[in-house]
Amino acid sequence: MQSSIRGSGTERPVDPGLEQGPVDVDVLPEGGQVAATGSPWVVVARTFAQNRLAVVGVAIVILVTLFSFLGPLFHSTNQLAPNLLSVNLAPGGGHLLGTDSEGFDILGRLMEGGQSSIEVGLAVGVIATLVGLIYGAVSGFVGGVLDGVLMRVVDVGYAIPVVFLFIFAAQIAKPSLGLLIGLLVAVSWLVPARLVRGEALSLRTREYVQAVQVMGGRSWRIILRHIIPNTIGTIMVTVTFQIANAILTLAVLQYLGFGLPPGDPTWGSMLSDGTTFLQDGYWWQVYPALAMIVITVVAFNFIGDALQDAFDVRLQER
Amino acid sequence: MIGYIIRRLGQAIIVTLGVTVITFALLHLLPGNLARDVLGPRATPQEIAQFTHQNGLNRPVYVQYWLFLDKLLHGNLGYSYQYNRTVDSLLASELPRDLVLGGLSLIFSLVIAIPVGVLQAVRRNGPLDYASTGVSFVLYSMPQYAIALLLIQFLSISFHVFPAEAPQSSSAFGILGHPAGLVLPVASLTLVTYAQFSRYMRSSALDTLAQDYIRTARAKGLSERLVLWRHLLRNSLITVVTLVGLSIPLVLTGTLIIEQVFNFPGAGLEYLQATLSNDYEVMLGITVLVGVITVLGNLVADIGYAILDPRIRY
Repeated sequence: MQSSIRGSGTERPVDPGLEQGPVDVDVLPEGGQVAATGSPWVVVARTFAQNRLAVVGVAIVILVTLFSFLGPLFHSTNQLAPNLLSVNLAPGGGHLLGTDSEGFDILGRLMEGGQSSIEVGLAVGVIATLVGLIYGAVSGFVGGVLDGVLMRVVDVGYAIPVVFLFIFAAQIAKPSLGLLIGLLVAVSWLVPARLVRGEALSLRTREYVQAVQVMGGRSWRIILRHIIPNTIGTIMVTVTFQIANAILTLAVLQYLGFGLPPGDPTWGSMLSDGTTFLQDGYWWQVYPALAMIVITVVAFNFIGDALQDAFDVRLQER
Repeated sequence: MIGYIIRRLGQAIIVTLGVTVITFALLHLLPGNLARDVLGPRATPQEIAQFTHQNGLNRPVYVQYWLFLDKLLHGNLGYSYQYNRTVDSLLASELPRDLVLGGLSLIFSLVIAIPVGVLQAVRRNGPLDYASTGVSFVLYSMPQYAIALLLIQFLSISFHVFPAEAPQSSSAFGILGHPAGLVLPVASLTLVTYAQFSRYMRSSALDTLAQDYIRTARAKGLSERLVLWRHLLRNSLITVVTLVGLSIPLVLTGTLIIEQVFNFPGAGLEYLQATLSNDYEVMLGITVLVGVITVLGNLVADIGYAILDPRIRY
């Protein structure tokens, strides 16, 4: 995040006063690449920065990340050993947001849970998009029988309900953060695979691709140097939406009983634990975690929508 | 057109087979021994051997898959060792209740999403557009069960308007006989589905609005109301077919979650209870069924779209 802010700073001179919005440009996420590659990126960055919601989204993501990772430095709490002497305390006193049923400080746990939630979201978003990208690019570029087979595999993946699959997996293996990331990737790569394949289908008939073929360029070279770079818009939009979806799916799974060890709290586990006490009126165990989830997911969706407009890619949501 | 339908049917069959392969593989990944699980720790080796032989568990894997497929093709989704009933008979009593929950929610969310989406497109960037975009963004960004929890908090705990538990009647008609208990589950699932539909409806109405025939209709002097009703709304309805077909997995997953929240007696709750009691055949039977329904939904969406939209030629 830090370096990208700096990157947008170097980008500003390239943007010759077309917009009077230096405030907006300050918080660009992908600014580092903007400076590196030049004018198409500047156009994208400018469209993105003009979108107020996108700027708000980026600001929220930065704030939430700082809160989760740097927060514990300022608000140090014990999140390892339960403290049965201070369970279900209402907000106030030493605990700004109260404590949960095991005596953990909620504010501190929100930070801790934010770390796992953001890590899972990022890991899933990036890995799943990479996998789907390569799969889709190969499928679309090669075409023919291979394309048919690869795409039927994707269809099968779409037909198997995600949540059902997960609960089943939780029966077979011991749930852990790594397994969770692996499973989320296993269901998430389908979306980018389909999108990239669609683009690769049209890209492979372009003249520059034919030119490489005539010059004897290998297929891998075409895929890596021409197909994949041309799908960058789709990729960035997909990563953003995938992060949001992963955070949400994580929360739903934990409610349905895909439990992680108590040492790995997430916003989802806090929310689903808290709901047990909804009837008792322990609102502080429910709403802070819910708010964190909603705010973060909304922010990523804002960014994704703005990127989509900026790159003008037509996305079919799952 | 006929060629397209046949090709599409072929794909659907292949995908369905793929789903059965995956579910079968999952069954084989499960730890433990089915005979031991079913017969209990005190079973004699003879009993175990007999059970293994009867169920073909000692045959090669491909034979076992064939037997599994054969059972499925005969409509046999498995056997619940916990209830000592076939999965078919379990589902036969649950699916009508699911149909009530899912069907009502689907209808309500369409009834809200279509007009709102069209209005949003017509008054783009107006207050209504911003308000409903905001609402659907927040709904969309919540875990599905959280929507239900908020409804329970406000309409059941804070103000005792509706009960927080679904009617527990054994038949679909019995459930309809307790409309008060149905309100919150149906409202929750409606909001879950609406959150997904509204974004889609708005952009599809915007696409329609940019079409030449809308401009033609306006150019020939049709009143704005006629343009809306006769051209925009009717053409936007075509996308509803796609929307409903593709939303089937969403509705089914939503059903699972909402059933858990409200203790609604349906297949989703059955599935979750089966995971607790390790009733694997129930889990697999329901997974296969959901997969088949999803494939059918996609098929109907594609074929329906091809039939309804005369511009599409294959």
